[in-house]
Amino acid sequence: MEYLLIFITAIFVNNIVLSQFLGICPFLGVSKKIETAIGMSAAVAFVLVLATIVTYLLQKFVLDAFGLAYLQTIAFILVIAALVQMVEIILKKVSPALYQALGVFLPLITTNCCILGVTILVIQNDYDLLTGVVFAFATALGFGLALVLFAGLREQLEMSDVPKGMTGMSIALVTAGLLAMAFMGFSGVDKGLASALGIG
Amino acid sequence: MNNFKVLFNGIVKENPTFVLLLGMCPTLGTTSSAINGMSMGLATMFVLLCSNIVVSLIKNIVPDMVRIPVFVVVIASFVTILQMVMQAYLPALYQQLGLFIPLIVVNCILLGRAEAFAAKNNVLPSMMDGIGMGLGFTLALTLLGAVRELLGTGKVFNLTLWGENYGMLVFVLAPGAFIVLGYLIAAVNKMKKAS
Repeated sequence: MEYLLIFITAIFVNNIVLSQFLGICPFLGVSKKIETAIGMSAAVAFVLVLATIVTYLLQKFVLDAFGLAYLQTIAFILVIAALVQMVEIILKKVSPALYQALGVFLPLITTNCCILGVTILVIQNDYDLLTGVVFAFATALGFGLALVLFAGLREQLEMSDVPKGMTGMSIALVTAGLLAMAFMGFSGVDKGLASALGIG
Repeated sequence: MNNFKVLFNGIVKENPTFVLLLGMCPTLGTTSSAINGMSMGLATMFVLLCSNIVVSLIKNIVPDMVRIPVFVVVIASFVTILQMVMQAYLPALYQQLGLFIPLIVVNCILLGRAEAFAAKNNVLPSMMDGIGMGLGFTLALTLLGAVRELLGTGKVFNLTLWGENYGMLVFVLAPGAFIVLGYLIAAVNKMKKAS
């Protein structure tokens, strides 16, 4: 039941993009078409879950075991960069179709701050491995939801009459603000759900 | 003279936030007040300045193939130093900025400047670029934070300009960040066209 709470909270209440402000770059950069938005979300979900598992094991069995916790930032970013490279190589060999779909987005993911952010959050929140994976997957779903919704809105925006000075990024940001406002409607849902499930 | 041009380039013409649109996550995530925005800007500026200096010093030693990972390690090292210093001397601020301090590592401004400027120039211009870009980023974050704080709570830098009763809380919360930045970019675009 606790997993359900983490799942719902990570997708709707604490949406990674619209309330935590992580992963804004791909959110603004690859949201012009719904198709690319879906591709990017799938790539993020894939890498995020893998990265969470790897960094969790690294933290518990290497950094904590040898008292190297201060190397967390350096170690994590290197592991994520290497992981993304490996995923790219393996995917190319094993599943060319999947590589075709996700390939272009993979190099962009290394500098996507939601990957590093979530892996650090999992450690900070003291989750165990399974909880961490659920949290990572739900976060990626939340990212995908926000990205696809936003891409849909931007496709509509292309066709509407925007004041001249506000074309491009300006109107996109205001639209994102309205979307964030809509997501604020979910605030408090986590507390209600927690009491309904009898946790906390 | 040329160095000054580099300095001002970062502050005005190629402002990382309003013109290049880099480093959006901390821009939106830490500007709930003017002071937070300024602190985040200064923290980023410190790392940017140090990493630019080091990258420009080692640019001839590092083989081309591995330059990006090397730059990332340089940046991550300085971020770690910053984390330790802040934890020791500014624990309250460190708590407030939270996750966004380690996330300076993945701020595109840093890798972008290392790759586009410091890897091609000498130490002094790279330093100027670091200061200019850092100041541009700090100014943008402070401005965004000030506008949000003013609209949200009626204060700037904790100085009350009008009563809290007139504050619109939404501007301090997440949606306000997007909306204020959107309008600021529109205003900057307008000013650029006019000049």
